Amino acid sequence: MATNPLSDIMRDHICKLISRDERADGRSREEFRPLTITTGYVSSAEGSALVSLGDTKVLVGVKCTVGEPFPDTPDKGVLTTNAELIPLASETFESGPPGEESIEIARVVDRGLREGKAVDLEKLCIKPGEEVWINFVDIHALDYDGNLFDAANIAAVAALRSTIIPASRMEKGEDFPFPMAHLPISATFAKINGHLIADPSFDEESVASARLTVVTLENGKLCAMQKGLGGSFTRAEVEKAINLSLKWGEKVRSEHFSGGD
Amino acid sequence: MGGMTTDLKLIDERGLRIDGRRPDELRPLRIEAGVLKRADGSAYVEWGENKVLAAVYGPRECHPRHLQNPARAIVQCNYNMASFSVSDRKRPGPDRRSQEISKIISEALEHVVFTHFFPRTSIDVYIEVLQANAGTRCAGLTAASVALADAGVPMKDMIASCAAGKVADTIVLDLRKEEDNFGQADLPLGLVPKTGEIVLLQMDGDLSVEEFNTALSMATDACYRIYEMQKEALRNKYCVSKDAMPEALEETIQEIEQERSSETNEANQDQPPEGNDPDQEGQ
Amino acid sequence: MKSESSQNIEVDRELVLPGELLAEGKFKAGSGTYMENGKIFAAQLGIKSIRSNFVNVVPLAGQYIPKVGDQVIGMIIDIGPSNWLTEINSPYPAPLHITEAPWRVDFGDTARYLKVGDVILAKVLMVDEVKHIQVTMKERGLRKLQGGQIIEIPHSKVPRVIGRNGSMIQMIKEYTNCRIIVGQNGRIWLDGDANDIAIAAKAIRTIDREAQCLGLTERLKEFLESSKKNRRTG
Repeated sequence: MATNPLSDIMRDHICKLISRDERADGRSREEFRPLTITTGYVSSAEGSALVSLGDTKVLVGVKCTVGEPFPDTPDKGVLTTNAELIPLASETFESGPPGEESIEIARVVDRGLREGKAVDLEKLCIKPGEEVWINFVDIHALDYDGNLFDAANIAAVAALRSTIIPASRMEKGEDFPFPMAHLPISATFAKINGHLIADPSFDEESVASARLTVVTLENGKLCAMQKGLGGSFTRAEVEKAINLSLKWGEKVRSEHFSGGD
Repeated sequence: MGGMTTDLKLIDERGLRIDGRRPDELRPLRIEAGVLKRADGSAYVEWGENKVLAAVYGPRECHPRHLQNPARAIVQCNYNMASFSVSDRKRPGPDRRSQEISKIISEALEHVVFTHFFPRTSIDVYIEVLQANAGTRCAGLTAASVALADAGVPMKDMIASCAAGKVADTIVLDLRKEEDNFGQADLPLGLVPKTGEIVLLQMDGDLSVEEFNTALSMATDACYRIYEMQKEALRNKYCVSKDAMPEALEETIQEIEQERSSETNEANQDQPPEGNDPDQEGQ
Repeated sequence: MKSESSQNIEVDRELVLPGELLAEGKFKAGSGTYMENGKIFAAQLGIKSIRSNFVNVVPLAGQYIPKVGDQVIGMIIDIGPSNWLTEINSPYPAPLHITEAPWRVDFGDTARYLKVGDVILAKVLMVDEVKHIQVTMKERGLRKLQGGQIIEIPHSKVPRVIGRNGSMIQMIKEYTNCRIIVGQNGRIWLDGDANDIAIAAKAIRTIDREAQCLGLTERLKEFLESSKKNRRTG
């Protein structure tokens, strides 16, 4: 049952609900689904987090090893982000090498971590030009009900934030926590029938004409954005999305990332 | 087998293993059924330090089409280890080991599923190892069987799976990572508990025929114990213990049976099925 | 309607799992079971039921396998010159041939009547030994459905939603004023006022979730009563 379209009746029904500021699961247009984060989920990883956003579940594992830096950044550690949209999570995911969807998700999550200088790569240098910490952020979708962008981003941030660099095991000194300078939080919106809705479910994604992801930092700055799907946004809609993203970012940080590790 | 040497004392003076277990002791095992929303059936197994997730989709239209069998369903299992499931990160994607494991698990499951009920379809089983500590193929097959039952796929029985082996010249049950790496033999077994049929069997290492028989018996006994846990996991999902019988189930069954008896009555085709009157709905 | 006198019904209900022994000797193997060496075993996860010598298992999960005469709610997923391909929530696609449509359709003119994404109320016309399916719309009441909403429940719960002699579905219809059509394939179409549909959908989902629980009919009645009251005052 690879990718059957939603019936016309259900498309119309979803649109009708949204024009009344209602959604199939009872949320309002601007509401996000319940979010739970469990860090330290897999002990084989140096850091990990299982996130559920509504019924969407994503597991991120961070693995750290020692290696050579890139020639153009000899004093910076390496961060590589990869997403696996495995068929276990949805009948719409095919097995095989990463397709364009998983590549896009990985790159947007990576951008959020890298561009806002959320990850302090300079603190991950061991010997400039020779040895740095190589860090893999592996995103694994486990159950798909829409909005992998946000679930993956939040899981990546939570996983990194709880990662301990295994320096002692590699005989490079004492273990230390992964250097996170900021907490970039992603908020994704879909445009349905002219309305902006937050955190789209699987069905809502199939009806959406356009999608916008905005990643914000705690200081109110923007560090990444991505528009997807074939439709368009007005300037006003983009500004509204930015406002809602800032609010969502604050909410997630205060409810899940306040206090110590 | 790892074939490596170690200073680790795999069996100590009291006959206990490095994690304190006796030779015939299983690691702590926990099974949960129906953990995923999207899949037709699913199960999660925590076995020692293994964390394995299994999901079933189907029976559904067979893709790729050229693999379709006109007479029955095919069972396609895909076993995969997450890159972060092992201490040295594993590159994502199938490797030869996971392809071999996928094949032997598919073949085991095919033996118990009533594939002839679903010609031209595929029953897709996905096993994802989230955290590994030896015995993942046994954990995967155990989880996959529960996921198939959870999905309502008609089967002869579930399959229970466990490994035994030889470590420091002693036959032991359910090897952990160090025992697998530094031990002398490993014997994964998959069993159909109802009939005792062996549907998965591999051996690698160095065993005499007598040692093999001891190991096989040990693994077989463990499979029966694991089977009880598989059943318990499914019962727990429906919150019904074997002896309880809510009255409301009576109603449910009677109505379903009434529905069945009205279905078999061909003479009444012109009367709409109960509760539905397309005529009154208008046009 | 054929009825079995209740004196013959030997009640023996329990949750059973594949491979469990259900009965032996004089009994015959019904649906959801298999026979081996004169003994009857469960083939699926479900509820055991014995009825006039037949031992059955009513499955709690599993794919919908169409039976001739089933009323189904399907969606058009592909169009050919002489048929439309319908998806009916089953492992098997169900073609609707132009000769089984309620209109006079010329060869090649199929797109004019039904397009991809349309929803139809149809009946299963044919199921052969290798499960090739065909559906028909050539019967009173069968038609394209428009408006409203569709919800899906496991097909094995459909009898529970319909209820004894249609009593359950009647109760929901009366309280919510909705038009409701239940497909044997687990799809249910609802139409009516927006709030009414929401209540009807919630009632149906409650049945799906709690079909095995005590006092379901009573609790459902309470829920529908209070929803009706809330709407009048709200």
